[in-house]
Amino acid sequence: MNILLFMIPLALCLGLLGLAAFIWSLKSGQYDDLDGAAQRILIEEPDNPPEEKYPPHPKND
Amino acid sequence: MTDRSTQTLSKVIPYVHTDDHGLHHLALAVEGVHCAGCIQKIETALHKETYIQHARLNFSTRRLNITWKGLPQSADQIYDILSALGYKSIPFDSLSVARHNEKEAKFLLLCLGVAGFAAGNIMLVSFALWTTDAATMGVAMRDFLHWISALIAIPAITFAGRPFFNSAWQALKSRRTNMDVPISVGLILTTSMSLFELVTHGEHTYFDSAVMLMFFLLIGRYLDYLARASARSAADDLLGMMSGTVTVLVDNQPQTILIRDIQENHVLLIAAGEYIPADGIIMAGASEMDTSLVTGESLPCAMSSGDSVASGYLNLSAPLTIRALRSPEDSQIGNMIRLMEKAEQSQARYVRIADKVARLYTPVVHFLALLAFLGWLGVGHIPWQDALLIGATVLIITCPCALALAVPVVQVLAVGTLMKRGIMVRSGDVLEKLDHIDTIIMDKTGTLTQGAPVLINHYDIPPDIFRLAASLAAHSRHPLSQALLRAYSGDLVELSVDEDPGHGLRASFNDSDLRLGRRSWVTKQILPEHPDSMEIVFSIDGNNPVIFLFRDSLREDANTVIATLKDKGYRLILLSGDRPDIVKTIARAVGIEEYEGNLSPADKYKKLESLQQQGHKVMMVGDGINDAPVLAGAEVSVSPASGIDIARNAASVVFNGSRLQPLITLIHTGRRSQAIVRQNFLMTIIYNLIAIPLALAGYVTPLIAAVAMSVSSLAVTINAFRVRGA
Repeated sequence: MNILLFMIPLALCLGLLGLAAFIWSLKSGQYDDLDGAAQRILIEEPDNPPEEKYPPHPKND
Repeated sequence: MTDRSTQTLSKVIPYVHTDDHGLHHLALAVEGVHCAGCIQKIETALHKETYIQHARLNFSTRRLNITWKGLPQSADQIYDILSALGYKSIPFDSLSVARHNEKEAKFLLLCLGVAGFAAGNIMLVSFALWTTDAATMGVAMRDFLHWISALIAIPAITFAGRPFFNSAWQALKSRRTNMDVPISVGLILTTSMSLFELVTHGEHTYFDSAVMLMFFLLIGRYLDYLARASARSAADDLLGMMSGTVTVLVDNQPQTILIRDIQENHVLLIAAGEYIPADGIIMAGASEMDTSLVTGESLPCAMSSGDSVASGYLNLSAPLTIRALRSPEDSQIGNMIRLMEKAEQSQARYVRIADKVARLYTPVVHFLALLAFLGWLGVGHIPWQDALLIGATVLIITCPCALALAVPVVQVLAVGTLMKRGIMVRSGDVLEKLDHIDTIIMDKTGTLTQGAPVLINHYDIPPDIFRLAASLAAHSRHPLSQALLRAYSGDLVELSVDEDPGHGLRASFNDSDLRLGRRSWVTKQILPEHPDSMEIVFSIDGNNPVIFLFRDSLREDANTVIATLKDKGYRLILLSGDRPDIVKTIARAVGIEEYEGNLSPADKYKKLESLQQQGHKVMMVGDGINDAPVLAGAEVSVSPASGIDIARNAASVVFNGSRLQPLITLIHTGRRSQAIVRQNFLMTIIYNLIAIPLALAGYVTPLIAAVAMSVSSLAVTINAFRVRGA
């Protein structure tokens, strides 16, 4: 039964990892525009994408 | 849309927000975004500008967020780029209601994530607890597993239960109860009960039930938000009449101010194509006004210096200088908004069916649980721990989970079904109210009719005359000119056209004088009268005048829809601000017996009030500002998506498309969803009638109670899915 002392914390850690990933995705705005993602996949992107001018930090939106 | 050349000052700069890093931010609500192509067009065009750092269009909310370096004045260029692409955009306040709602949604989602994590992990532990007992695994191991459950459940409930706790607290503070009160009490009691069991090495804890309950309820809550949000988002941002800016003359210098800052005696410059923001008097200029939004009158009227104008008029043909007589709040539109607010307050007294049930249910359940505890303790003479266990069982088995799900699941599914058919419902309450409707008030222009005149004597007109008339008409915003142009297909002649406000259009062509407009201005000849249609007359040098006749045609399925509604036993009333004879013609054409014309918005609202005082439940279908107060005051209000922003905001239901059929679908789905809600309540009541006596008698263990509770919730949810077949 000592295996439980190892398994339970492991299970919890994995769960917490998932939760952390979810919170990260929520904070980084991935749930803001669910319909848009479905549309954007149709947009053809150029082979050599222009350099990102700067990574915008989406604050408060 | 806006004529930028006549207007030197910015509409958007006041909305630019500059952060600490010197970056400028602007949020614009963009109209007319339909597909990936639109996203690409807009974003590519904006990214071409070197100063723009970031431009992203949120497709769900139709909102464009732009960040740029340099001068805040670049906002104008951005606005112009969008206009050039053909998208109308409206800046909006970052503090608006929409933002607040989005924050709330994120919070719900976060709670949902936490609850989901907790529910999953607690099940892992509970599985062991459910399948074996202390005899097999030993008391120490059982306690250990209980402790793990508590470790997961308590932080999760404290964090993710807040949407319910907050709402319940708000309700209790104002001495009401809502569905969240029994949910909160259930959650808190189950948790404290389990904590007690934990500390006293008891046999059962119910952390898993509590967390699962919370998880399912949060799912329902989030679905409910999604259904409401998608119906609102577009309309919310586009309420452009009272927000937005206007150009004023201060010491003969033009300045841009916010519409809400207009004061008496401000001199306003109104370009063609703009709405009048405040009641006033024309000081200079002559133009035609589309007053249909305020009065319902379908033809524009000519106005010139000295005439008074009301807010909500649309300036059609020429720039005007207007002296404001009142602030926007005291103007026509402001009055309308106040009427709407008053009407909405009278609607706020409506109590949702779930809350009605909760009001009865909560005290009864808590009383029963207390009775069970005291009864077993006092009369049954059993140890107080056992009595408490029976009390808790009663609480769990009656836990309002099924009851809390009975209404929202049906409503979310019904709203979703309607949405797929192009009908957007603001909130689930509408479905409840639909069930009681007995009277339907219709507006005429834009509701029963398509709202735009159509040329009806197309075949009487010689092609060469048509070509010249259409070439003239291309230079005007007048609705009849626009209709003439729509009816014409072919090439146009290049003309240099003068508009004579209130009369018509003129141009020189091959040394002759072409005129298109009012009959008295175009020709001296006597022409036949057409009292039931609208007309414009065209002639060359005043000879051989040709009349173009227009009629606002009915929506294609108006007749069948009205007939169906009459068959179903609804009382139909047509109320319009338009001329009585036109109203009569339309009412006769569709078969509505009760009709009234020439009504002001206040008259319409009075009519609604008197109907409501007679005990009628009223549904209003309308699309103009003049309908807005009635839309806000009626039990259920429906507006076509083509309606004006204010009407769409006041309406509880908005439908797409050019047909009226959605009205029938809406009523049908509403009635069916209420039938299912009633079945669900019946199921819950039967379940409780069986389960509560058993629990009171002490025959049910808490584990069985938890399973029974889940089964009843499941049954209610599955039954709810039948609404989709409606």
